[in-house]
Amino acid sequence: MAKITYIESNGAEHVVEAQAGVSVMEAAVRNMVPGIDADCGGACACATCHVYVDPDWLDKTGKRESMEESMLDFAYEPKDNSRLSCQITVTDALDGLVVRLPEQQG
Amino acid sequence: MTETLAIIGAGQAGLSAAASARQEGFEGRIRLIGAEATPPYQRPPLSKAYLKGEFEIDRLHLKPAEFYESADIEMDLGRRIVAIDRDGKTLTDEAGAEIAYDRLIIATGAPPRRLSLPGADAEGVFYLRTLKDSDALRAILDVDGTIVVVGAGYIGLEVAAVARAAGRDVTVLEIADQPLKRVAGPAVSAFFANLHRDEGVDLRLGTGLEEIETTHARVSGVRLTDGSRLPCAAVLVGVGAAPDQGIAADAGLDCDNGVLVDETALTSDPAIWAAGDVANFPSPFYGRRLRLESVPNAIEQGKAAGTNAARAAAGRDPIVYDALPWFWSDQYDVKLQTAGARPPNETPGMAEVIRPGAAGRSFSVWTTLNGALQSVDAINDPAAFLVGKRLIAARGNIDLDALADPSQDLKSLL
Repeated sequence: MAKITYIESNGAEHVVEAQAGVSVMEAAVRNMVPGIDADCGGACACATCHVYVDPDWLDKTGKRESMEESMLDFAYEPKDNSRLSCQITVTDALDGLVVRLPEQQG
Repeated sequence: MTETLAIIGAGQAGLSAAASARQEGFEGRIRLIGAEATPPYQRPPLSKAYLKGEFEIDRLHLKPAEFYESADIEMDLGRRIVAIDRDGKTLTDEAGAEIAYDRLIIATGAPPRRLSLPGADAEGVFYLRTLKDSDALRAILDVDGTIVVVGAGYIGLEVAAVARAAGRDVTVLEIADQPLKRVAGPAVSAFFANLHRDEGVDLRLGTGLEEIETTHARVSGVRLTDGSRLPCAAVLVGVGAAPDQGIAADAGLDCDNGVLVDETALTSDPAIWAAGDVANFPSPFYGRRLRLESVPNAIEQGKAAGTNAARAAAGRDPIVYDALPWFWSDQYDVKLQTAGARPPNETPGMAEVIRPGAAGRSFSVWTTLNGALQSVDAINDPAAFLVGKRLIAARGNIDLDALADPSQDLKSLL
Protein backbone atom coordinates (compact mmCIF):
# COMPACT_ATOMS: atom_id res chain seq x y z
CA MET A 1 0.00 0.00 0.00
CA ALA A 2 1.08 3.55 -0.67
CA LYS A 3 -0.42 6.81 0.47
CA ILE A 4 -0.90 9.16 -2.50
CA THR A 5 -1.99 12.79 -2.29
CA TYR A 6 -3.77 14.29 -5.29
CA ILE A 7 -4.05 18.08 -5.24
CA GLU A 8 -6.64 19.67 -7.52
CA SER A 9 -5.84 22.93 -9.31
CA ASN A 10 -8.05 24.74 -6.77
CA GLY A 11 -5.93 23.38 -3.93
CA ALA A 12 -8.34 20.67 -2.74
CA GLU A 13 -6.41 17.65 -1.47
CA HIS A 14 -7.40 14.00 -1.72
CA VAL A 15 -5.38 11.47 0.22
CA VAL A 16 -5.78 7.92 -1.00
CA GLU A 17 -4.48 4.52 0.13
CA ALA A 18 -3.41 2.90 -3.13
CA GLN A 19 -2.79 -0.77 -3.64
CA ALA A 20 0.56 -1.75 -5.16
CA GLY A 21 0.26 -2.91 -8.77
CA VAL A 22 -2.49 -0.57 -9.94
CA SER A 23 -1.72 2.69 -11.70
CA VAL A 24 -1.80 6.13 -10.10
CA MET A 25 -4.74 6.84 -12.46
CA GLU A 26 -6.66 3.77 -11.27
CA ALA A 27 -6.06 4.63 -7.62
CA ALA A 28 -7.63 8.04 -8.31
CA VAL A 29 -10.65 6.64 -10.15
CA ARG A 30 -11.28 3.99 -7.49
CA ASN A 31 -11.28 6.67 -4.84
CA MET A 32 -13.38 9.14 -6.81
CA VAL A 33 -10.71 11.80 -7.08
CA PRO A 34 -12.17 14.40 -9.44
CA GLY A 35 -10.16 15.78 -12.35
CA ILE A 36 -8.79 12.54 -13.76
CA ASP A 37 -11.06 11.48 -16.60
CA ALA A 38 -9.09 8.53 -17.99
CA ASP A 39 -11.50 8.01 -20.88
CA CYS A 40 -9.45 5.21 -22.42
CA GLY A 41 -9.16 3.34 -19.13
CA GLY A 42 -5.38 3.38 -19.01
CA ALA A 43 -4.36 2.46 -22.57
CA CYS A 44 -2.16 5.56 -23.01
CA ALA A 45 -4.51 6.60 -25.80
CA CYS A 46 -6.34 9.72 -24.64
CA ALA A 47 -4.11 11.94 -22.45
CA THR A 48 -6.94 12.70 -19.99
CA CYS A 49 -5.14 11.50 -16.84
CA HIS A 50 -2.41 14.13 -16.92
CA VAL A 51 -0.75 14.98 -13.56
CA TYR A 52 2.25 16.97 -12.36
CA VAL A 53 4.51 14.86 -10.18
CA ASP A 54 5.88 16.67 -7.14
CA PRO A 55 9.58 17.29 -7.97
CA ASP A 56 10.73 15.32 -4.92
CA TRP A 57 9.17 12.20 -6.43
CA LEU A 58 10.36 12.41 -10.01
CA ASP A 59 13.16 9.89 -9.53
CA LYS A 60 10.91 7.29 -7.98
CA THR A 61 8.08 7.56 -10.51
CA GLY A 62 10.39 6.66 -13.37
CA LYS A 63 10.78 7.91 -16.90
CA ARG A 64 8.25 8.71 -19.60
CA GLU A 65 8.19 6.32 -22.54
CA SER A 66 8.19 7.82 -26.02
CA MET A 67 4.47 7.25 -26.60
CA GLU A 68 3.62 8.98 -23.33
CA GLU A 69 6.10 11.76 -24.08
CA SER A 70 4.35 12.58 -27.37
CA MET A 71 0.91 12.46 -25.79
CA LEU A 72 2.02 14.87 -23.06
CA ASP A 73 3.51 17.21 -25.61
CA PHE A 74 -0.05 18.03 -26.65
CA ALA A 75 -1.72 17.88 -23.25
CA TYR A 76 -3.09 20.99 -21.54
CA GLU A 77 -0.12 22.98 -20.16
CA PRO A 78 2.57 20.31 -20.10
CA LYS A 79 5.58 20.85 -17.82
CA ASP A 80 8.84 19.03 -17.19
CA ASN A 81 7.18 17.06 -14.39
CA SER A 82 4.10 16.10 -16.42
CA ARG A 83 3.10 12.42 -16.51
CA LEU A 84 0.15 10.39 -17.64
CA SER A 85 -0.94 8.84 -14.36
CA CYS A 86 -2.03 5.63 -16.11
CA GLN A 87 1.64 5.01 -16.87
CA ILE A 88 2.86 5.18 -13.25
CA THR A 89 2.49 1.90 -11.38
CA VAL A 90 1.97 2.15 -7.63
CA THR A 91 4.66 0.45 -5.54
CA ASP A 92 5.39 0.57 -1.82
CA ALA A 93 8.29 2.88 -2.71
CA LEU A 94 5.74 5.50 -3.77
CA ASP A 95 4.29 5.79 -0.26
CA GLY A 96 3.85 9.53 0.30
CA LEU A 97 3.69 10.47 -3.41
CA VAL A 98 2.20 13.87 -4.20
CA VAL A 99 0.74 14.72 -7.60
CA ARG A 100 -1.02 17.88 -8.73
CA LEU A 101 -3.81 18.03 -11.31
CA PRO A 102 -3.95 20.48 -14.21
CA GLU A 103 -6.85 22.90 -14.56
CA GLN A 104 -8.30 20.71 -17.28
CA GLN A 105 -7.64 17.50 -19.15
CA GLY A 106 -7.21 17.25 -22.89
CA MET B 1 -44.10 13.18 -6.80
CA THR B 2 -40.61 11.84 -7.45
CA GLU B 3 -39.71 11.21 -11.06
CA THR B 4 -37.93 8.06 -12.18
CA LEU B 5 -35.25 8.05 -14.84
CA ALA B 6 -34.71 4.49 -16.05
CA ILE B 7 -31.66 3.57 -18.09
CA ILE B 8 -31.63 0.30 -20.01
CA GLY B 9 -28.07 -0.89 -20.36
CA ALA B 10 -25.37 -0.64 -17.69
CA GLY B 11 -22.37 -0.27 -19.97
CA GLN B 12 -20.21 2.75 -20.53
CA ALA B 13 -23.01 4.84 -22.11
CA GLY B 14 -25.60 3.90 -19.47
CA LEU B 15 -23.23 4.71 -16.62
CA SER B 16 -22.22 7.99 -18.22
CA ALA B 17 -25.90 8.91 -18.65
CA ALA B 18 -26.71 8.06 -15.03
CA ALA B 19 -23.77 10.00 -13.62
CA SER B 20 -24.45 13.00 -15.86
CA ALA B 21 -28.15 13.15 -15.04
CA ARG B 22 -27.31 13.31 -11.34
CA GLN B 23 -24.56 15.84 -11.92
CA GLU B 24 -27.00 17.99 -13.88
CA GLY B 25 -29.25 18.12 -10.82
CA PHE B 26 -31.81 15.41 -11.51
CA GLU B 27 -33.47 14.86 -8.14
CA GLY B 28 -35.61 11.79 -8.78
CA ARG B 29 -34.75 8.10 -8.80
CA ILE B 30 -32.13 6.93 -11.26
CA ARG B 31 -32.34 3.22 -12.05
CA LEU B 32 -29.50 1.69 -14.05
CA ILE B 33 -30.75 -1.61 -15.43
CA GLY B 34 -28.23 -4.07 -16.83
CA ALA B 35 -28.75 -7.48 -18.40
CA GLU B 36 -25.35 -8.63 -17.18
CA ALA B 37 -24.78 -9.29 -13.48
CA THR B 38 -21.57 -7.24 -13.35
CA PRO B 39 -21.52 -3.53 -12.46
CA PRO B 40 -20.42 -1.26 -15.34
CA TYR B 41 -17.02 -2.29 -16.63
CA GLN B 42 -14.60 -1.45 -19.42
CA ARG B 43 -14.98 -3.55 -22.54
CA PRO B 44 -11.86 -2.57 -24.53
CA PRO B 45 -9.44 -4.62 -22.37
CA LEU B 46 -11.56 -7.75 -22.99
CA SER B 47 -9.78 -8.18 -26.32
CA LYS B 48 -6.47 -6.76 -25.08
CA ALA B 49 -4.86 -6.61 -21.61
CA TYR B 50 -7.57 -8.54 -19.74
CA LEU B 51 -7.62 -11.31 -22.34
CA LYS B 52 -3.83 -11.54 -22.03
CA GLY B 53 -4.27 -12.08 -18.31
CA GLU B 54 -2.37 -8.91 -17.51
CA PHE B 55 -4.95 -7.84 -14.99
CA GLU B 56 -7.94 -9.07 -13.07
CA ILE B 57 -11.60 -8.23 -13.05
CA ASP B 58 -11.52 -5.67 -10.24
CA ARG B 59 -9.48 -3.42 -12.52
CA LEU B 60 -12.21 -3.47 -15.16
CA HIS B 61 -14.86 -1.82 -13.00
CA LEU B 62 -15.54 1.71 -14.16
CA LYS B 63 -16.51 3.04 -10.72
CA PRO B 64 -16.09 1.87 -7.14
CA ALA B 65 -19.20 0.68 -5.31
CA GLU B 66 -19.21 3.87 -3.18
CA PHE B 67 -19.79 5.92 -6.30
CA TYR B 68 -23.25 4.46 -6.86
CA GLU B 69 -24.15 5.09 -3.23
CA SER B 70 -22.91 8.65 -3.17
CA ALA B 71 -24.58 9.53 -6.48
CA ASP B 72 -27.70 7.63 -5.39
CA ILE B 73 -27.86 5.52 -8.54
CA GLU B 74 -29.88 2.34 -8.05
CA MET B 75 -28.26 -0.65 -9.69
CA ASP B 76 -30.59 -3.23 -11.13
CA LEU B 77 -28.26 -5.87 -12.56
CA GLY B 78 -28.87 -9.27 -14.09
CA ARG B 79 -32.19 -8.01 -15.38
CA ARG B 80 -33.02 -8.08 -19.07
CA ILE B 81 -35.72 -5.72 -20.31
CA VAL B 82 -37.87 -7.29 -23.01
CA ALA B 83 -40.52 -4.65 -23.64
CA ILE B 84 -41.17 -0.92 -23.43
CA ASP B 85 -44.77 0.26 -23.03
CA ARG B 86 -44.56 3.91 -24.05
CA ASP B 87 -48.20 4.74 -23.28
CA GLY B 88 -48.10 3.24 -19.80
CA LYS B 89 -44.43 4.28 -19.32
CA THR B 90 -43.45 0.86 -18.06
CA LEU B 91 -40.71 -1.60 -18.83
CA THR B 92 -41.16 -5.35 -18.58
CA ASP B 93 -38.32 -7.71 -17.73
CA GLU B 94 -37.79 -11.34 -18.72
CA ALA B 95 -39.61 -12.60 -15.63
CA GLY B 96 -42.64 -10.42 -16.42
CA ALA B 97 -41.98 -7.89 -13.65
CA GLU B 98 -42.66 -4.24 -14.46
CA ILE B 99 -40.66 -1.08 -13.84
CA ALA B 100 -42.34 2.32 -14.11
CA TYR B 101 -40.43 5.22 -15.62
CA ASP B 102 -41.06 8.89 -16.34
CA ARG B 103 -38.03 9.31 -18.58
CA LEU B 104 -36.03 6.61 -20.26
CA ILE B 105 -32.59 6.26 -21.79
CA ILE B 106 -31.81 3.33 -24.09
CA ALA B 107 -28.16 2.30 -23.98
CA THR B 108 -28.36 -1.35 -24.96
CA GLY B 109 -25.24 -1.36 -27.13
CA ALA B 110 -24.42 -3.49 -30.13
CA PRO B 111 -23.88 -7.21 -29.58
CA PRO B 112 -21.87 -9.25 -32.10
CA ARG B 113 -23.53 -10.48 -35.27
CA ARG B 114 -24.05 -14.23 -35.00
CA LEU B 115 -23.09 -16.72 -37.66
CA SER B 116 -25.82 -18.80 -39.19
CA LEU B 117 -24.14 -21.67 -40.97
CA PRO B 118 -23.71 -25.36 -40.24
CA GLY B 119 -21.85 -25.94 -36.96
CA ALA B 120 -22.30 -22.39 -35.71
CA ASP B 121 -23.75 -23.60 -32.43
CA ALA B 122 -20.93 -26.04 -31.71
CA GLU B 123 -18.89 -25.92 -28.54
CA GLY B 124 -15.67 -24.05 -29.26
CA VAL B 125 -17.30 -21.22 -31.24
CA PHE B 126 -16.70 -17.94 -29.44
CA TYR B 127 -17.91 -14.37 -29.69
CA LEU B 128 -16.46 -11.48 -27.76
CA ARG B 129 -18.44 -8.77 -26.09
CA THR B 130 -18.87 -9.55 -22.42
CA LEU B 131 -16.64 -10.39 -19.50
CA LYS B 132 -17.96 -13.96 -19.65
CA ASP B 133 -17.03 -14.16 -23.33
CA SER B 134 -13.52 -12.96 -22.59
CA ASP B 135 -13.11 -15.42 -19.70
CA ALA B 136 -14.23 -18.29 -21.92
CA LEU B 137 -11.86 -17.23 -24.69
CA ARG B 138 -8.98 -16.80 -22.27
CA ALA B 139 -9.39 -20.42 -21.18
CA ILE B 140 -8.83 -21.72 -24.71
CA LEU B 141 -5.64 -19.71 -25.20
CA ASP B 142 -3.87 -22.44 -23.22
CA VAL B 143 -5.20 -25.29 -25.34
CA ASP B 144 -3.30 -26.77 -28.29
CA GLY B 145 -4.56 -26.45 -31.83
CA THR B 146 -5.21 -23.68 -34.31
CA ILE B 147 -7.55 -20.82 -33.52
CA VAL B 148 -9.54 -19.65 -36.52
CA VAL B 149 -10.63 -16.03 -36.38
CA VAL B 150 -13.53 -15.15 -38.65
CA GLY B 151 -13.41 -11.49 -39.66
CA ALA B 152 -10.40 -9.16 -39.81
CA GLY B 153 -12.02 -6.26 -38.00
CA TYR B 154 -10.70 -4.78 -34.76
CA ILE B 155 -12.01 -7.55 -32.50
CA GLY B 156 -10.68 -10.31 -34.76
CA LEU B 157 -7.27 -8.71 -35.18
CA GLU B 158 -6.86 -7.85 -31.50
CA VAL B 159 -7.72 -11.41 -30.50
CA ALA B 160 -5.35 -12.73 -33.18
CA ALA B 161 -2.56 -10.61 -31.69
CA VAL B 162 -3.22 -11.88 -28.16
CA ALA B 163 -3.44 -15.49 -29.36
CA ARG B 164 -0.14 -15.18 -31.24
CA ALA B 165 1.49 -13.69 -28.16
CA ALA B 166 0.22 -16.73 -26.26
CA GLY B 167 2.03 -18.89 -28.80
CA ARG B 168 -1.04 -20.17 -30.63
CA ASP B 169 -1.34 -20.87 -34.35
CA VAL B 170 -3.84 -18.40 -35.74
CA THR B 171 -5.65 -18.28 -39.07
CA VAL B 172 -7.68 -15.17 -39.84
CA LEU B 173 -10.38 -15.38 -42.52
CA GLU B 174 -11.65 -12.22 -44.14
CA ILE B 175 -14.16 -12.19 -46.96
CA ALA B 176 -13.06 -8.73 -48.15
CA ASP B 177 -9.79 -8.19 -50.02
CA GLN B 178 -8.21 -6.38 -47.06
CA PRO B 179 -8.53 -6.24 -43.28
CA LEU B 180 -10.42 -3.39 -41.55
CA LYS B 181 -12.04 -2.50 -44.86
CA ARG B 182 -15.18 -1.04 -43.28
CA VAL B 183 -13.27 1.39 -41.07
CA ALA B 184 -9.85 2.12 -42.53
CA GLY B 185 -8.25 3.20 -45.77
CA PRO B 186 -5.92 1.09 -47.93
CA ALA B 187 -2.68 2.20 -46.27
CA VAL B 188 -3.82 1.29 -42.75
CA SER B 189 -5.37 -1.97 -43.99
CA ALA B 190 -2.15 -2.95 -45.78
CA PHE B 191 -0.10 -2.09 -42.70
CA PHE B 192 -2.16 -4.37 -40.48
CA ALA B 193 -2.18 -7.17 -43.05
CA ASN B 194 1.64 -7.08 -43.13
CA LEU B 195 1.92 -6.73 -39.37
CA HIS B 196 -0.14 -9.84 -38.68
CA ARG B 197 1.65 -11.87 -41.36
CA ASP B 198 5.02 -10.80 -39.93
CA GLU B 199 3.81 -11.99 -36.54
CA GLY B 200 2.99 -15.38 -37.98
CA VAL B 201 -0.75 -15.10 -38.57
CA ASP B 202 -2.08 -17.03 -41.56
CA LEU B 203 -4.22 -14.21 -42.96
CA ARG B 204 -6.49 -15.35 -45.77
CA LEU B 205 -8.15 -12.50 -47.59
CA GLY B 206 -11.08 -12.94 -49.92
CA THR B 207 -11.86 -16.10 -48.01
CA GLY B 208 -14.95 -16.81 -45.97
CA LEU B 209 -16.28 -19.58 -43.82
CA GLU B 210 -18.58 -22.16 -45.35
CA GLU B 211 -19.06 -24.60 -42.51
CA ILE B 212 -17.81 -25.37 -39.03
CA GLU B 213 -17.03 -29.06 -38.78
CA THR B 214 -17.71 -30.78 -35.50
CA THR B 215 -16.91 -33.96 -33.65
CA HIS B 216 -19.36 -34.76 -30.84
CA ALA B 217 -20.82 -31.25 -31.15
CA ARG B 218 -17.36 -29.72 -30.66
CA VAL B 219 -15.44 -27.71 -33.24
CA SER B 220 -12.91 -29.88 -35.06
CA GLY B 221 -12.27 -27.84 -38.19
CA VAL B 222 -13.59 -25.37 -40.73
CA ARG B 223 -14.46 -25.62 -44.41
CA LEU B 224 -13.69 -22.42 -46.33
CA THR B 225 -15.33 -20.75 -49.30
CA ASP B 226 -12.39 -21.81 -51.50
CA GLY B 227 -13.25 -25.43 -50.70
CA SER B 228 -10.25 -26.07 -48.47
CA ARG B 229 -10.50 -27.51 -44.98
CA LEU B 230 -8.54 -26.65 -41.90
CA PRO B 231 -8.49 -28.53 -38.60
CA CYS B 232 -8.82 -26.21 -35.60
CA ALA B 233 -9.55 -26.20 -31.89
CA ALA B 234 -11.65 -23.06 -31.70
CA VAL B 235 -13.36 -20.42 -33.80
CA LEU B 236 -13.62 -16.77 -32.76
CA VAL B 237 -16.26 -14.88 -34.67
CA GLY B 238 -15.72 -11.15 -35.15
CA VAL B 239 -17.94 -10.21 -38.05
CA GLY B 240 -19.23 -6.92 -36.74
CA ALA B 241 -21.93 -5.87 -34.33
CA ALA B 242 -25.58 -5.00 -34.76
CA PRO B 243 -27.41 -2.40 -32.65
CA ASP B 244 -29.59 -3.97 -29.96
CA GLN B 245 -32.69 -2.05 -31.04
CA GLY B 246 -35.35 -4.78 -30.84
CA ILE B 247 -37.26 -3.44 -27.83
CA ALA B 248 -37.12 0.09 -29.22
CA ALA B 249 -38.42 -0.96 -32.64
CA ASP B 250 -41.14 -3.10 -31.05
CA ALA B 251 -42.25 -0.07 -29.07
CA GLY B 252 -42.61 1.90 -32.30
CA LEU B 253 -39.57 4.14 -31.93
CA ASP B 254 -37.98 5.15 -35.23
CA CYS B 255 -35.05 2.84 -35.95
CA ASP B 256 -32.73 2.44 -38.92
CA ASN B 257 -29.35 0.89 -38.23
CA GLY B 258 -29.82 1.85 -34.60
CA VAL B 259 -32.33 3.86 -32.63
CA LEU B 260 -32.71 7.16 -34.47
CA VAL B 261 -32.03 10.18 -32.30
CA ASP B 262 -31.65 13.88 -32.97
CA GLU B 263 -28.57 15.95 -32.15
CA THR B 264 -29.67 16.09 -28.50
CA ALA B 265 -29.83 12.24 -28.26
CA LEU B 266 -33.64 12.37 -28.14
CA THR B 267 -35.58 9.59 -29.91
CA SER B 268 -38.92 10.00 -31.69
CA ASP B 269 -40.54 9.85 -28.22
CA PRO B 270 -40.03 13.07 -26.19
CA ALA B 271 -39.51 11.06 -22.99
CA ILE B 272 -36.90 8.68 -24.41
CA TRP B 273 -33.24 9.24 -25.29
CA ALA B 274 -30.67 6.81 -26.68
CA ALA B 275 -26.87 6.81 -26.49
CA GLY B 276 -23.80 4.78 -27.32
CA ASP B 277 -23.41 1.95 -29.84
CA VAL B 278 -27.19 1.59 -30.25
CA ALA B 279 -27.84 5.22 -31.22
CA ASN B 280 -27.84 6.48 -34.79
CA PHE B 281 -27.31 10.23 -34.62
CA PRO B 282 -26.91 13.19 -36.96
CA SER B 283 -23.40 14.57 -36.62
CA PRO B 284 -23.53 18.36 -36.95
CA PHE B 285 -19.84 18.28 -37.77
CA TYR B 286 -19.98 15.71 -40.56
CA GLY B 287 -23.42 16.58 -41.86
CA ARG B 288 -24.42 12.94 -42.00
CA ARG B 289 -25.76 10.28 -39.68
CA LEU B 290 -23.28 8.18 -37.75
CA ARG B 291 -23.55 5.16 -35.50
CA LEU B 292 -20.29 4.63 -33.67
CA GLU B 293 -19.06 1.64 -31.72
CA SER B 294 -16.51 3.23 -29.43
CA VAL B 295 -15.90 4.16 -25.82
CA PRO B 296 -15.47 7.92 -26.35
CA ASN B 297 -18.81 8.07 -28.18
CA ALA B 298 -20.49 6.06 -25.43
CA ILE B 299 -19.11 8.39 -22.76
CA GLU B 300 -19.90 11.67 -24.51
CA GLN B 301 -23.26 10.76 -25.99
CA GLY B 302 -24.24 9.15 -22.68
CA LYS B 303 -23.37 12.44 -21.06
CA ALA B 304 -25.63 14.30 -23.51
CA ALA B 305 -28.54 11.88 -22.98
CA GLY B 306 -28.26 12.01 -19.19
CA THR B 307 -27.82 15.76 -19.10
CA ASN B 308 -30.78 16.29 -21.42
CA ALA B 309 -33.07 13.94 -19.49
CA ALA B 310 -32.27 15.99 -16.36
CA ARG B 311 -32.77 19.26 -18.24
CA ALA B 312 -36.10 18.12 -19.66
CA ALA B 313 -37.24 17.24 -16.13
CA ALA B 314 -36.32 20.78 -15.06
CA GLY B 315 -37.88 22.40 -18.14
CA ARG B 316 -34.53 23.55 -19.49
CA ASP B 317 -33.13 23.55 -23.03
CA PRO B 318 -31.04 20.55 -24.12
CA ILE B 319 -27.36 20.46 -25.02
CA VAL B 320 -26.20 19.31 -28.46
CA TYR B 321 -23.97 16.27 -28.88
CA ASP B 322 -21.18 17.27 -31.24
CA ALA B 323 -18.06 15.59 -29.84
CA LEU B 324 -15.42 14.60 -32.33
CA PRO B 325 -15.27 10.81 -32.71
CA TRP B 326 -12.06 9.05 -31.80
CA PHE B 327 -10.90 5.51 -31.38
CA TRP B 328 -7.90 3.35 -30.56
CA SER B 329 -6.68 -0.20 -31.01
CA ASP B 330 -3.69 -2.08 -29.59
CA GLN B 331 -2.17 -4.97 -31.52
CA TYR B 332 1.25 -6.43 -30.61
CA ASP B 333 3.40 -3.34 -29.92
CA VAL B 334 1.40 -1.19 -32.34
CA LYS B 335 -1.05 1.48 -31.28
CA LEU B 336 -3.57 2.82 -33.75
CA GLN B 337 -5.35 6.05 -32.83
CA THR B 338 -8.03 7.47 -35.06
CA ALA B 339 -9.41 11.01 -34.82
CA GLY B 340 -12.62 11.88 -36.62
CA ALA B 341 -14.75 9.75 -38.90
CA ARG B 342 -13.28 8.69 -42.21
CA PRO B 343 -15.64 9.13 -45.17
CA PRO B 344 -16.64 5.80 -46.72
CA ASN B 345 -14.07 4.64 -49.30
CA GLU B 346 -14.50 6.22 -52.74
CA THR B 347 -16.59 9.17 -51.55
CA PRO B 348 -16.32 11.84 -54.29
CA GLY B 349 -14.12 14.77 -53.26
CA MET B 350 -12.06 12.67 -50.89
CA ALA B 351 -8.27 12.92 -50.82
CA GLU B 352 -5.61 11.63 -48.51
CA VAL B 353 -1.96 11.85 -47.74
CA ILE B 354 0.40 9.60 -45.84
CA ARG B 355 2.84 11.29 -43.50
CA PRO B 356 5.84 9.32 -42.20
CA GLY B 357 6.22 9.39 -38.42
CA ALA B 358 9.31 10.17 -36.37
CA ALA B 359 10.08 6.60 -35.35
CA GLY B 360 10.28 3.43 -37.42
CA ARG B 361 6.95 1.74 -38.12
CA SER B 362 5.03 4.94 -37.50
CA PHE B 363 2.94 6.95 -39.93
CA SER B 364 -0.35 8.75 -40.22
CA VAL B 365 -3.04 8.98 -42.88
CA TRP B 366 -4.82 12.33 -43.24
CA THR B 367 -8.11 12.33 -45.10
CA THR B 368 -9.88 15.39 -46.49
CA LEU B 369 -13.23 15.89 -48.15
CA ASN B 370 -13.31 18.85 -50.53
CA GLY B 371 -10.24 20.20 -48.77
CA ALA B 372 -11.57 19.96 -45.20
CA LEU B 373 -9.80 17.57 -42.84
CA GLN B 374 -12.10 14.68 -41.88
CA SER B 375 -9.97 12.10 -40.11
CA VAL B 376 -6.49 11.06 -39.10
CA ASP B 377 -5.37 7.46 -38.60
CA ALA B 378 -2.14 7.44 -36.62
CA ILE B 379 0.03 4.34 -36.28
CA ASN B 380 2.44 4.62 -33.33
CA ASP B 381 2.22 8.37 -33.82
CA PRO B 382 0.31 10.05 -30.99
CA ALA B 383 1.49 13.49 -32.06
CA ALA B 384 -0.26 13.10 -35.41
CA PHE B 385 -3.39 11.87 -33.62
CA LEU B 386 -3.50 14.81 -31.22
CA VAL B 387 -2.65 17.46 -33.81
CA GLY B 388 -5.19 15.91 -36.17
CA LYS B 389 -7.87 15.95 -33.49
CA ARG B 390 -7.36 19.67 -32.94
CA LEU B 391 -7.21 20.51 -36.62
CA ILE B 392 -10.40 18.58 -37.38
CA ALA B 393 -12.16 20.31 -34.50
CA ALA B 394 -11.00 23.68 -35.84
CA ARG B 395 -12.83 22.84 -39.08
CA GLY B 396 -10.14 24.36 -41.25
CA ASN B 397 -8.88 23.36 -44.65
CA ILE B 398 -5.48 21.80 -44.71
CA ASP B 399 -2.52 21.80 -47.07
CA LEU B 400 -1.94 18.13 -47.81
CA ASP B 401 1.36 18.81 -49.60
CA ALA B 402 2.82 20.50 -46.54
CA LEU B 403 1.62 17.61 -44.40
CA ALA B 404 3.28 15.00 -46.54
CA ASP B 405 6.64 16.70 -45.98
CA PRO B 406 8.13 15.07 -42.87
CA SER B 407 10.52 18.01 -42.35
CA GLN B 408 7.52 20.24 -41.69
CA ASP B 409 6.89 20.39 -37.92
CA LEU B 410 3.42 19.13 -37.07
CA LYS B 411 3.00 21.78 -34.42
CA SER B 412 3.44 24.50 -37.02
CA LEU B 413 0.15 23.36 -38.53
CA LEU B 414 -1.76 24.29 -35.39
